Amino acid sequence: MARYVLRRLLTAIPTLFLIVTLSFFLLRVAPGGPFSQERGLSAEVKANLERVYQLDAPLWRQYLNYLADLLHGNFGPSYNLPDFTVADLFRVGLPVSMQLGASALLLALIIGSILGILAALRQNRGVDYGVVALATAGSTIPTFVIAPLYQLVFALTLAWVPVAGWGGGALVNKIGPVLTLALPQIAIVARLMRGAMIEALRANHIRTARALGLTSFSVVVKHALRGAVLPIISYAGPAAAALLTGSVVVETVFAIPGVGRYFVDAALNRDYTLVMGTVVVIAVFVIVFNLLVDLAYALVDPRVRYE
Amino acid sequence: MNRSRFRSTLLASILLAAFSLPAAADMVYNRGNSADPESLDPHKTSTVYEAHILRDLFEGLVMQDATANLIPGAAASWTVSPDGTVYTFKLRPDATWSNGEPLTAEDFVYSLRRLEDPATGAEYASMLYVIKNGEEVNTGKAKPETLGVRAVDPKTLEITLKSPTPYFLEVLTHQATYPVSKASIEKFGAEWIKPGNLVSNGAFTLSEFVPNDHIKLSKNPKFHDAASVKLDAVNYIPTEDRSTAIKRYEAGELDSNDDLPTEQLADLKKKFGDQVKIGPYLGTYYYAIKTDKAPWTNPKLRRAVSLLIDRDFLAEKVWQNSMLPAYSMVPPGIDGYTPAEADYAKTSQIDREDEAKKILDELGYGPNKPLKLEIRYNTSENHKNTAVAIQEQLKPFGIEVTLVNTDTKTHYGHLEQKGDFDFARAGWIADYKDPESFLGISRKASGNNYSSFNDLAFDKLMDEAAAAGGDPAARMKKLAEAEKELIDQLGNLPLLYYSYHDIVSPKLKGWQANVMDVHPSRFISK
Repeated sequence: MARYVLRRLLTAIPTLFLIVTLSFFLLRVAPGGPFSQERGLSAEVKANLERVYQLDAPLWRQYLNYLADLLHGNFGPSYNLPDFTVADLFRVGLPVSMQLGASALLLALIIGSILGILAALRQNRGVDYGVVALATAGSTIPTFVIAPLYQLVFALTLAWVPVAGWGGGALVNKIGPVLTLALPQIAIVARLMRGAMIEALRANHIRTARALGLTSFSVVVKHALRGAVLPIISYAGPAAAALLTGSVVVETVFAIPGVGRYFVDAALNRDYTLVMGTVVVIAVFVIVFNLLVDLAYALVDPRVRYE
Repeated sequence: MNRSRFRSTLLASILLAAFSLPAAADMVYNRGNSADPESLDPHKTSTVYEAHILRDLFEGLVMQDATANLIPGAAASWTVSPDGTVYTFKLRPDATWSNGEPLTAEDFVYSLRRLEDPATGAEYASMLYVIKNGEEVNTGKAKPETLGVRAVDPKTLEITLKSPTPYFLEVLTHQATYPVSKASIEKFGAEWIKPGNLVSNGAFTLSEFVPNDHIKLSKNPKFHDAASVKLDAVNYIPTEDRSTAIKRYEAGELDSNDDLPTEQLADLKKKFGDQVKIGPYLGTYYYAIKTDKAPWTNPKLRRAVSLLIDRDFLAEKVWQNSMLPAYSMVPPGIDGYTPAEADYAKTSQIDREDEAKKILDELGYGPNKPLKLEIRYNTSENHKNTAVAIQEQLKPFGIEVTLVNTDTKTHYGHLEQKGDFDFARAGWIADYKDPESFLGISRKASGNNYSSFNDLAFDKLMDEAAAAGGDPAARMKKLAEAEKELIDQLGNLPLLYYSYHDIVSPKLKGWQANVMDVHPSRFISK
């Protein structure tokens, strides 16, 4: 097992290298640059800026410089937010995005699973239709509709929570963003769980277990759930990587100082270093969570073994 | 810890807590600002939303009051040499930095040299090319020490200009000219703008900066006019999502915001009444025309298209009156200057269309030879709507308009590179209150001359206006003549004047509307 993990981590290095290289050059293909703006800069001033940020060097040299810096853990300064280094921005923003993402994921897994199981056990009855309807609504209503609705109802009309802002991380400020992030995830988890559970309940070993007279609780939780949870695990890996690195819509609408918005803002601003930093961070998250998924498989499914 | 000691500690901390409560609640202004600053280093900033914050943190030689009129800042008084090229500023004897150290003329010398030093990479360095050797220093042809700025004594600063520049004092209200502390830059390096390190000389000091969350400024007790500053703190809150900003304002989380979702303007006015502040702002929304590319080399054809654009419709229907129809490049509102409007400004749209039809016929455009026109614009709902409306307005006259939308960086990158286009959206907001700011961009050599306008008569009039520096009235007259040339030749196609659109709580006192949309927090209370 340890050897397997080590091998996976080692193969991650060339993957990351490839991602960094591709992103670096793709980014430079995009027209415009960090200093193209409504108020054009004089040629002299632009030349000065490019010298200061070492953008005047040939592209291959910039690429090698970037790789060298990256190996030293240096993501470089942000071009559009020169008061901060890319690492500074992540140090402040990543914990915020991770808190919200982790809470949303946890909420989705718990509520989604329970709803899915209930629906599967009462297939084609009221509860099932209710859950399916909820799941359809949850995955089709976009976040940019849910978030303002939440603000209108709970913040403006009822005045229970603030409209937006981080408030230094106060609980009331987190409810809206977490719910908005969790809702579509709850829907997906519930649907996955319902399908997998229905499948699992039809399996032969479940019939055997029932025939042996095991309690219905034991049949569902100990035997059926173990098989049904596999699709949830495969889904949770990439979902975790996406949720923990923040959502641009939720962070913008709720004015949350997370990192989700950097991916979009930085790309639009041609903030080369910040885009690269975001790419690296997301890539690392995806790689780590995929590894965790595979390890979780081995724990749950006795047929999977890593030597 | 034994029990009795625990008890006494508890008691002590309760007492302490009770007595350390402030006698009266702090007066805090929660100020919605359309975005976070890119930097707090005055030499590295360029935007309006940065200017708001820097105006509170720093004090230049001259400043603007609550109505954007020029007032003495760190300089108590100044004199100008008879030829208009040497400005001598007398600093306030009591002017200090927020750490208590005296503010000296040497600090300004250091700051202006830093602004022009190519190693700084300051965006606004070119604005101060009016200072002697400014351009030479910034382009690396001369040493920063040769810049025409000198400390005569610790409280006397002398600035020598290249040529008389009547708007020089207005230029000095710009944040790029604010002083920075040499001692703290040398001590902290790039970290000097961080809370705790930043030494400033304005009415407020920097307390906290959480990117994308808030910037907290606290009253600077060392400020020379601290006695009349009423606010204890200002929280600048970035409000990138304008709809959220309005909801936060409604819920009382914000006391004001410097932007509104203009598409909801009519509803907002109904709901918030006179809390919605709209008025003329020194900015022009225009289309650049590729004047060096056929068929647009012909000013007559440019005129025909301009005549066909119904600006009243754009202002009312597309922009819900958050913009005003424009017929000149310089918006109204600059004292002593009357903008040179196009001659068709006062004629009816029907008359304009008749004239345009005549021109198009004359040039041979018609159903058999349609005029093709490509409009490029940067991503924004309203830019799109404007372009679509113009497309519809030109269609009945056989002009086939195609639209090209790109993101902002691509758009301006394309214009900078002198890429191919017919018409392209652009906007210009005044840095300082002077027509020069709007007209200078159409000079042949200007980096912002997206239209590639190359008109000898215009450049000559602009030179004459500069030469008439000593006589403000004569200068304004020359500038107006230059603008008339620009408008007659359609070097640009002005469409709309910007207006400011703020929402301001009735709780705020001292907030005054003005054409620069400048609202220093030191004049505001709650």
